[in-house]
Amino acid sequence: MQTLHAATPMNAEAPQPASQPGNQPVAIDMRDLSLTFETADAPVVALSKVNLQIKAGEFVSLIGPSGCGKTTLMRVMADLERPTGGEITVNGLSPEQARLARAYGYVFQAPALYPWRSVRRNLMLPLEIMGVPREEREARAARYLDMVGLKDFANKFPWQLSGGMQQRVSIARALSFEPKLLLMDEPFGALDEITRDHLNEQLLRLWERTQKTVIFVTHSIPEAVFLSSRVVVMSPRPGRILDVIDCNLPARRTLDARETPEFLAIAHRVRRALRAGHSYDD
Amino acid sequence: MTTDALSRPLGQPSAFGRLYNGTALPVAVVLAIVVVAWYLGAIWLNAGLVEQRLAQAEKPAGLAEFVHTAWSLDRPVLPAPHQVAIEFYDSVFTRDVTSPRSLVFHAYVTGSATLVGFVFGTLLGVLLAVGIVSWRTLDRSLLPWIITSQTIPILAIAPMIIVVLGNVGLTGLMPKAVISMYLCFFPITIGMVKGLRSPDPLQLDLMRTYSASPSQVFWKLRCPASMAFLFPSLKVAIAISLVGAIVGELPTGAQAGLGARLLTGSYYGQTVQIWSALFMAALLGMALVAAVGVVERLTLRHMGARP
Repeated sequence: MQTLHAATPMNAEAPQPASQPGNQPVAIDMRDLSLTFETADAPVVALSKVNLQIKAGEFVSLIGPSGCGKTTLMRVMADLERPTGGEITVNGLSPEQARLARAYGYVFQAPALYPWRSVRRNLMLPLEIMGVPREEREARAARYLDMVGLKDFANKFPWQLSGGMQQRVSIARALSFEPKLLLMDEPFGALDEITRDHLNEQLLRLWERTQKTVIFVTHSIPEAVFLSSRVVVMSPRPGRILDVIDCNLPARRTLDARETPEFLAIAHRVRRALRAGHSYDD
Repeated sequence: MTTDALSRPLGQPSAFGRLYNGTALPVAVVLAIVVVAWYLGAIWLNAGLVEQRLAQAEKPAGLAEFVHTAWSLDRPVLPAPHQVAIEFYDSVFTRDVTSPRSLVFHAYVTGSATLVGFVFGTLLGVLLAVGIVSWRTLDRSLLPWIITSQTIPILAIAPMIIVVLGNVGLTGLMPKAVISMYLCFFPITIGMVKGLRSPDPLQLDLMRTYSASPSQVFWKLRCPASMAFLFPSLKVAIAISLVGAIVGELPTGAQAGLGARLLTGSYYGQTVQIWSALFMAALLGMALVAAVGVVERLTLRHMGARP
């Protein structure tokens, strides 16, 4: 399998990784954010008093068991759900304004490719909608397909690609309109472990190179610790933040970093926090 | 099984194997049974007429003559298949195609009304579906009426449509096309509504993250997603559009068209003529459905459907 950066010479003079967000502006600011779904029998508290600040250039993972509201939290950032309490800003704007300004690219759990469009035309979909001129669309589609190593598959239809390839197309699609913020909802959840490892490493390189803000929802502790500058541990019923764990693993790390004592120590802290969340349950 | 059969390379079955595994053999068997039953039925149903004829001739007749007479009457109750085949061949291939005795001419008259009605019905059906999907009010107010419209027997309203349109000066092709349209917009509306609503929440969320306008969502998502639903509806629609055109020819005493041919045939007891017109109508219907099928395959292949 090719890598996300293999085809681009850019990697050679890649800028320093953006893992020192100390002086960076705040990308996402949530204060006492709450969301309650009104259902037929009883209201469901999906989010309860969530406070979190994410700086530009950070890679933040949201981890927690199913139903802990991590996807809901991300959907609130994307203005796909409306919070019922508290405040949230995205790049200093309300989520709706940020969405209208096309501030973020969203990678869903499933690739969500349109089956009647070729890979290349799937990539051009957001560009068409945003009114990018035709030549620029073609150029960007070619550039980002190259970046995810799928240049040779441009004219294939989604069903002709493997699951991992489809998900890479959906990542390229989210990058194609060059948003500063990338929201990724368990993008590798449905893939086998080997493909997943590979894409993890590629994503890390991509983040180091582009200095985007990435928010990443996952079930997997190794994935979260390996990728992130911070891991946010969440717990269900009601969805809330239990702990925020810094993981300053060395920059330009490879998958081997997962066997270092530092990595294992952080993973251990994350696991303990997750377990603490579960002890509240029945 | 012989060693010869065993030694044959895989993927190249014998001629019998191809017949046996394909649909050709079952279809041929059913066809043979139908033809045999038809010939026997012709003897049974025409027996009365044959007895009269033989009584007039006043000479004893054997079984062979009885059967021969039953299969060669001028105006049988049920004509034998070969009589229909000969009449069909004569009226398709030996007549001038512009002559009213040519079945090609009648098929053309009915076919053109069918196609005009189909085009109008498709436009109306798609338009209604877009309205229903786009405006909740239309969904609630229109759909019950659309369903009610199809519960009224078409034979009951067809004469009224023809009389009313005749009064405003529309005769010939148009009233028939209107009846066709009335019948065929319905499956298209139902299929299109389903198709336009078929995108899943994820595909819609994606559009929302791009802050796409409603018209962009329609043209780039709903419309292409509905194509797989539209074509099966179009196939049903063009078949009932043909029914509509034929029904439209019945109550008017129309001079031309397959419906007129059926009607004159039944006035004069020309059962052979009725049956050959019937076969022409069936062939026309099959050809129209097949044509839609070809367009469907080309379109869906262009849209990346799996072969």
